[in-house]
This record gives sequence, C-alpha cells and structure tokens, in this order.
Amino acid sequence: MEADFLIQTLATIVAASAPVIIAAIGETISEKGGVINLSLDGSIALSAMTGFAVAFTTGSTTLGILAAMVIGALIALIIAFASITLRQEQVAIGFVLTMLCTDLADFLGNPFVRKPGPSIPPAPIPYLADIPVLGPIFFDHNLIVYLSMLSIVAAWWWIYRTQLGLKLQGIGERPESAFARGVNVNRMRCIYTVVGGALVGLAGAAYSLNVKLGWSHRHTFGIGWIALAIVIFGGWNPWRVAAGSYFFGLLKALGSILQRDPAFSQVPTQIFSSAPFALMIFALLLISSEGVDRLLAFLPPRLARRIDRTIRGRSPGGLGKPFVQE
Amino acid sequence: MKQILPKLRNSLLSASSVVLALLFTTLILVAVGAPPWEAYRHIIEGAFESPAKIADVVSACVILVLCGVGMCITFTAGQWNVGVEGQIVLGAIFATWVARSVPWPQAPLLTLMMLAGMLGGALWGMIAGLLKVYGKVHEIFGGLGMNYAAQGLAIWLIFNPWKPEDGATMSGTDPFPDPAWMPTMGDLRVAPLAVILALVATATVYSLLRGTRWGLELKAMGKNSRSAFLLGVPSTPRLLTAFAACGALAGLAGAIRCSARYGRMIPDIAGGQGYLALLIALLASSRPLWVPLIALFFAAVGVGSSRLEMKLHLDSSIAGVLRASVVLAVMLMSGWRALLARGRARRGVKAGATRAEEPV
Repeated sequence: MEADFLIQTLATIVAASAPVIIAAIGETISEKGGVINLSLDGSIALSAMTGFAVAFTTGSTTLGILAAMVIGALIALIIAFASITLRQEQVAIGFVLTMLCTDLADFLGNPFVRKPGPSIPPAPIPYLADIPVLGPIFFDHNLIVYLSMLSIVAAWWWIYRTQLGLKLQGIGERPESAFARGVNVNRMRCIYTVVGGALVGLAGAAYSLNVKLGWSHRHTFGIGWIALAIVIFGGWNPWRVAAGSYFFGLLKALGSILQRDPAFSQVPTQIFSSAPFALMIFALLLISSEGVDRLLAFLPPRLARRIDRTIRGRSPGGLGKPFVQE
Repeated sequence: MKQILPKLRNSLLSASSVVLALLFTTLILVAVGAPPWEAYRHIIEGAFESPAKIADVVSACVILVLCGVGMCITFTAGQWNVGVEGQIVLGAIFATWVARSVPWPQAPLLTLMMLAGMLGGALWGMIAGLLKVYGKVHEIFGGLGMNYAAQGLAIWLIFNPWKPEDGATMSGTDPFPDPAWMPTMGDLRVAPLAVILALVATATVYSLLRGTRWGLELKAMGKNSRSAFLLGVPSTPRLLTAFAACGALAGLAGAIRCSARYGRMIPDIAGGQGYLALLIALLASSRPLWVPLIALFFAAVGVGSSRLEMKLHLDSSIAGVLRASVVLAVMLMSGWRALLARGRARRGVKAGATRAEEPV
C-alpha cells in the first residue's frame, strides 16, 4: 500500500512536471544563444489557451499542440526581431509581452472557460511499462511526457555533443569570436529563440491538454516564472534544469499531500498553491548566496570546487546583450 | 525647415504607435465577433459618463501614479523592481494592523496608517534590494518571490489572526473602525487626500531625481553601474535607498487602497496594480512627470472596460490588451526610429567619404 502510494506519487510528479521541463529546456536553448525570452509566463498562458481551444474545436489534440507551438514561436519571433533587429531591451519587451499575452489569453479564451474537452490519450510504452517500479513511474504516460524526457537528453546532446551546439554556445558566450569564425550570430540567435519559443508553446499545450485540463482564468498560474527561475537554478545545463523542474514538481506534490492532511485543515488552500513558488525562489537564493561560499570554505578545496561546479552554473557571457556586427 | 522635419517625423511615429495598438486591439475585438466601435464607445462612456465614474478613474489613477513614480526611481538606477505588487500588499498589511490595534481619532490614526504602510512597503522593497546585493538574486526573481511571500502572508493573516467572527472568507477582514476610513468627497469614491499625496509624490520624485546628488548618482548607476562604482558612487547604499523609496511609495498606495477603497484588508489587495505600474514606468521611460498622464489613460481604460462585461458580455481583460499593446507598439516604434536613424547615419558617412575622395 505504502509502496504503491509512493510509486503513484512519483509517477504524478513525472507527468505534472512535463510542461515546466519543456518550457525550461526551451528557455535554456534560447538563453544559451544569448537571448532572454522573459515572456514565458504569458507565452505559456496564451499557447495553453490556444492549444485547448484548437483541440476543443477540431477534436484533434495534435492540431492543438501544433497551434500552441506556432503561437510560442511567433511570440519568440517578436522578441528576436525587437531585440536583435531593433535593439530594444530584451527584458522590457519580454515583460510587456508577458502582460499582453496573459490578457489576450484571458480575453480570447473566455468562451472556453471550464468547458470539458479533449486530452492527450495515454500511451504506455510496451514492455518498458511492465518493469516493476520504474515502469509505472517513467513509461506509463503519454506522448508529451515522453517528449519532456526526450527534450532533456536531446538538448544536452545538441548543446554539448554536436558541432552546431558548439556554435550555439559560441554565440551566447562570445558573439564576437563566433562572428570572427564566420558564424552569422544574429541569424543563429533568431533561429534558436524561435525554436525555444516553439518548445515553450508545446509546454503550454502540455499544460492545458495533459496536466490541468481545459482553460480558466489564470489557468497556468505562474509556471512560466518558475521555468525562468529554474533555468538560472539549473545553471543553463539541461540535466540540472530537469532536476530543478522535478524538484519543483516534488514541492507541489508535497503541498497537495500536506493539504489533505487533517493536521493542516486550518491552513487556507491558497497557501499551499503559492508556497512552492516562494520556496523555489528561495532555493535559488540559497544556491547563489555567499553563505554557501562560507560553508564550502570548510571543505577540502578539491571537494569544494567540485560541489561548487555541480550546484552552480555561470550564465552565458553574452546573455541579454545585443550583438552589433560592424 | 531642417529642424522641423525630423520633429514632425518623430511625433508622427509616436502617434502611429498608438494607432498601431488600436488597430491590433480592434483586430482582436473583430476576431471574437464584437463590434469594435461600440466597444470603444462603451469604454469611453464607462470611464467619463458621470462624476461617479470620473471619481473611480481618479482613485484608480492615484494608486498607479504612486507606484509608477516609485518605479521611476528604481528604473533610473537600472533595476527591474518587479516586487512592487508585494510592496503594495505589505503596505496594506501594516496599515491594517495599525487600523485594528490603535484606537486613535481620525487625523492621527490616518497619518500613522499611511506612515506604517510606507514603512511596510519600504521594508519589503529593501529585502528585494538586499537579496540583489548580498544574495546575488536577480531583482526580477527576488521581487517575484517576495510577491508570492507577501500574498501568502496576507492570506494567512486574513484566515488566522484577523479572521472575522463568522468565519474567514476570501472577501477579507471585518471592515475597519470608522476613524480608519479615509474621507471621500461626498458620495464619490475618491479621497482628496489620496490625490494630494499622489501629486506630492510625483513632484518629490521629480525634484529628487533631477535636482539632487542622490538622483544623479542613481542615474549614473543606471547608465553604467561599473563606471559609476569606479567614480566613487556608493552603489550598495544607493541601491538599497532606491528600493526602499520605491517600496515606501508602493506601501503608501497599499495603505490608501485598503483605507479609502475597501475599508478592510482583502487577499487580492494589490490586484495587479504593481505590474501595471511597471508598464507605466516603462512607457514614461523613468520621467516622473509623464507618469500621471499615462496613469490617467490606463485607469480610464481599466474603469471603462468594466462596462463591456455588462453591455457586450466581453471579458474586461481587453483593457489589458489595449494597455500592453500601446507599450509594445511604442517600444517597437522607437526601435524602428533608431534603426532608420542608424541607416541615415551610415548613408551620411558613406556620402561624406565619397565626396572627400573626389579630386578638388
């Protein structure tokens, strides 16, 4: 009984973390190339609404997912155009787009509020799903959850194991050197921003078609901001970004388990739904604070260096700065 | 003539960004099958048709002005103070605490409430600043975290120590005792005191940023924090005072909101005003004198659009679409203008270069 409950909870965490993982991986790709897409929270809201609305109208979740990806990519294209061609501040454009997309999602999604609609059908992987313990946790989900796991590996492999990935790191770290080596920095940045944006759109569809079905006012509740925080928390490394996303999923699951506990019946539910957000950001604080440096100073230097490298990442050198090609 | 042409072109471009935003909003309205002209007419009528509506617009404007000019301070210092939403909540919490526990007559009580609100907001703002300086947490995420924390604190207070007799609900605490209500103009829901405070705040921030060494140093930090540091600007104290000053103004807005508008503490006391104020400060590009004008527009659109729900069954979030698309269009247009200017400069250089090569 206890073991069953644990396995079930872990499986729920894996499924519920899919949108955050996909969005955070998309943002990682974009930021690795040097462009901050701060519009994540709005992008996810608008693409979640679009994904559900299209799936609801056409009856096809595939079309819904595709529509959501197009929306995410379009928003990213605006950011790329405004920041690369027009040299506007990325954070400013991203913030304005967050507000715009959130309100657009509320306005356009009004006819779809609390309508029961389609969801992505389950697709357990044959054989793998039958493995005890691991099977139900990882392989008894649906396509979008597998995609979330696949995106981690794919992003890591692309960034750190391919020639093109090396160029991606170059345009984010030292755009001048990349340019000197014949890379068209601004075009590459634009492409990666749009690809990242399409993933963010996919995350939106993963939310409204798989995690919290349908559409309602403030449906996606801040997960875009969390994904942005997780990218920093994960130090721009897909594996650590994924770990951060699962950690957030764990916090949320703990919240809902505690909420059902009679001992906490006095605590209003709103606390449980907003606490993981505050906790996540303070975890971010803990890792980047100087207190950790002081703790590490007690350890042997070699071990301290290794821990430091594992828990912290450095932001790409050219992050958020426009590249002027002369 | 040569001076007039660029000026004309610039103002045409600015006007065209508003047209662009209206065009986009119209497109959205048409997309959901709503009659756009009627919608705009309802928004304008809903904002200005009666003294009561105008009073609502002004009182919404006051909050936006206080937060907007506050945000001008942190923007000048180059900081993205996203935590204003939480600073409003803390201001309201501190003011509510005073209102509930200090049995004074109206004038001293209201003064103490406003001061307490400012203190609460300033403290919350300082924390975001401290997180930035000592925790190296980017102020956007520090601010967001503090917003969630403030929200949690407000809900906990309303559901536990400040619970009304007949059980806690999301509609908030019991109403304040009479002296804690900020007096309004007759039946109109606007408090003259709040309007005066907002105007004083605007003038103060304007003169602080323009006429003092503190303002100059903030500006230097915003332009280039490293060279400001090298030139001897004490960055840490300046940064913290900027966050505290902005927080104090946001806290004042929170105190006004619970004392003049609701007469109680409610969970959603900030209601997204902090994020709206960020848009205003962006649009004003940190010039405090522009803030009241833009805030008036934002407030009118917000109040007016509530009529759309009754008359046309449209969601009032179209107000947000209009406001944000104006800001987006202005940014895109100013980027476009700079792009054109760069193009002209490049052509000018080339023309000059070829002329120089010609034999005399």
